[in-house]
Amino acid sequence: MKFRGLIFANLFRKKLRLTLTIGSFAVALFLFAFLAVVRGAFNRGADIAGADRLVTINRVSIIQPLPLAYRDKMLRIPGVKYVTHDNWFGGVYQDEKNFFPQFAIDVENQRQVFNELKVPEDQWQDFVKDRQGAIAGAKTAARFHWKIGDRIPIKTSLYGGASNNWEFNLRGIYHSDRVGGDESQFWFQWDYFEEQVPQSFKGNVGWYTVKLDSPDYAVSVQKAIDAMAANSSFETKTETESEFAASWVKQFGNIKFLILTIGTVVFFTLLLVTGNTMAISVRERIGELAVLKAIGFSDRWVLFFVLAESLTIALVGGLLGLGLALVAVPALGAALNGLLPTLILSPQVLLSGLTIALLVGLVSGILPGIGAMRLRVVNALRRV
Amino acid sequence: MVRVDGNGKTNSQIQVRGLDKTYRRGGEEIDVLQGLNLDVDKGDFVAFMGPSGSGKTTLLNLLGGLDVPTRGSVTVAGDEITHMSSRKLTEWRARHVGFIFQMYNLIPVLTAFQNVELPLLLTSLSKSERRKHVESALSIVGLAERMNHYPRQLSGGQEQRVAIARAIVADPTFLLCDEPTGDLDRKSADEIMDLISRLVKEYGKTVLMVTHDPVVAKRADLTLHLEKGVLVEGRELPVPAGGAA
Repeated sequence: MKFRGLIFANLFRKKLRLTLTIGSFAVALFLFAFLAVVRGAFNRGADIAGADRLVTINRVSIIQPLPLAYRDKMLRIPGVKYVTHDNWFGGVYQDEKNFFPQFAIDVENQRQVFNELKVPEDQWQDFVKDRQGAIAGAKTAARFHWKIGDRIPIKTSLYGGASNNWEFNLRGIYHSDRVGGDESQFWFQWDYFEEQVPQSFKGNVGWYTVKLDSPDYAVSVQKAIDAMAANSSFETKTETESEFAASWVKQFGNIKFLILTIGTVVFFTLLLVTGNTMAISVRERIGELAVLKAIGFSDRWVLFFVLAESLTIALVGGLLGLGLALVAVPALGAALNGLLPTLILSPQVLLSGLTIALLVGLVSGILPGIGAMRLRVVNALRRV
Repeated sequence: MVRVDGNGKTNSQIQVRGLDKTYRRGGEEIDVLQGLNLDVDKGDFVAFMGPSGSGKTTLLNLLGGLDVPTRGSVTVAGDEITHMSSRKLTEWRARHVGFIFQMYNLIPVLTAFQNVELPLLLTSLSKSERRKHVESALSIVGLAERMNHYPRQLSGGQEQRVAIARAIVADPTFLLCDEPTGDLDRKSADEIMDLISRLVKEYGKTVLMVTHDPVVAKRADLTLHLEKGVLVEGRELPVPAGGAA
């Protein structure tokens, strides 16, 4: 492009200003990517939830148990294909900061209900045979450098009993076949759990997950389960898995609103900063723009030069910010110690970020550009 | 031959007829040019003189298509420019006019080469062809060795030479010089005027120049004076001893 020299020469006219403006874009885009990643992590549960799965919890709260006896009653409801149950274990491995979710699972139905979480058959069979067996998500296994056969001590204070220290043998590692699927869980057999917990906890499960014959049964099954438990000591609240994940996120506050607000403020500020910078930059060289017009550059060319500068700044700043985010997100994931299951900087987020950056570049350049375009050569030359 | 009576040949390179320019300032109308006529042939070198505010630069702007007259017409090489659209006028300027300003008006972030190349960027010339033209223009003004220097690395006279190279690089129909030596010392002014005279004599360029300096004006074939909005021919002005540029 023969105008490249002119555009770049103008861009590098004030190096400090250029660096600071590109820096503003980079910081804003980094923040955008960061917020999008956090939002994605919070929403991922709802995004990848199975459309044909329901979650039943105690109507009072998820920390209140439900009787195991509900399982068979649920299975009799038309449209229910499988029912599985889990208990939250809430333990830590070696140290308080080593958090990851542990569940006592229903070995018989786990794989039928959560069929996207894959365990090699031989590993599964080893797990089933070993009462103290456990299966870890690939992410957690990698995090603690576990390998199959390792003895894993988990400490919990939730269930009291003779000992708070539980020991498991790692028999398998599961992977999710869905992008962004949760690979941080740790499973062990519910029978072993039931055996170890004090009498007061026995016969209860934390929640049920119901697999339907088809998503079409969702509403009827939902109603039937809750009706079944109505007026009992353990009333239930049944939701689709997606609704359940969404209400789980709501416990942390209105994340979406918070992130949208921060993002809007950041980009609006960026727009003001870059708009002002471009306006100053154009004002400083009105004489030069007038000369360009005098020697034959049309109004459109002048507009093009101004926009090319603002868009180049936006592009470079945007790429820099998103590049930094690409490097920082895995580090952030490690620093969060599994607090959020999966931090993914998706191509869609990168593309949206770049689009927003270019839009800001366009909007911030358009007004000074139009001003330059409308410049009267005679008046501008008089000012030189 | 230059004429100011409106009776010039129909094929004059530049033909101005009944040119009026009125400015409105604070509710008051100021008639700067009033029915001005001018005929300039190819290869003529004309100097315009007159007191400040007499309309010299206004006339130059109208001749260069930078401004539009209130009435009258300007025809250059057969093109009547006064009724051209702004876009057409810009294209016309690129083809026909080379501007030389008092303050050189070079782009400070571009080298001498890049400054001279600017008008050629609007043409369909290839990179190598552009290079050839730029080098040739810079050779004419004697700055081929300094093509990679930035304006801040050049003296005032050298900057004006670069500006002249920029004005001639696209081989325009005529050159408009607005006080080309106004910011230079006598020696540099003489060198610039030597160069402009060479462009007229050796390259057959038509040059219209505004100046306050009688010494500079004397280098032109003809000096015209702007008085009460019209051009008047042949008034001798005293040249100050040692002459200031």
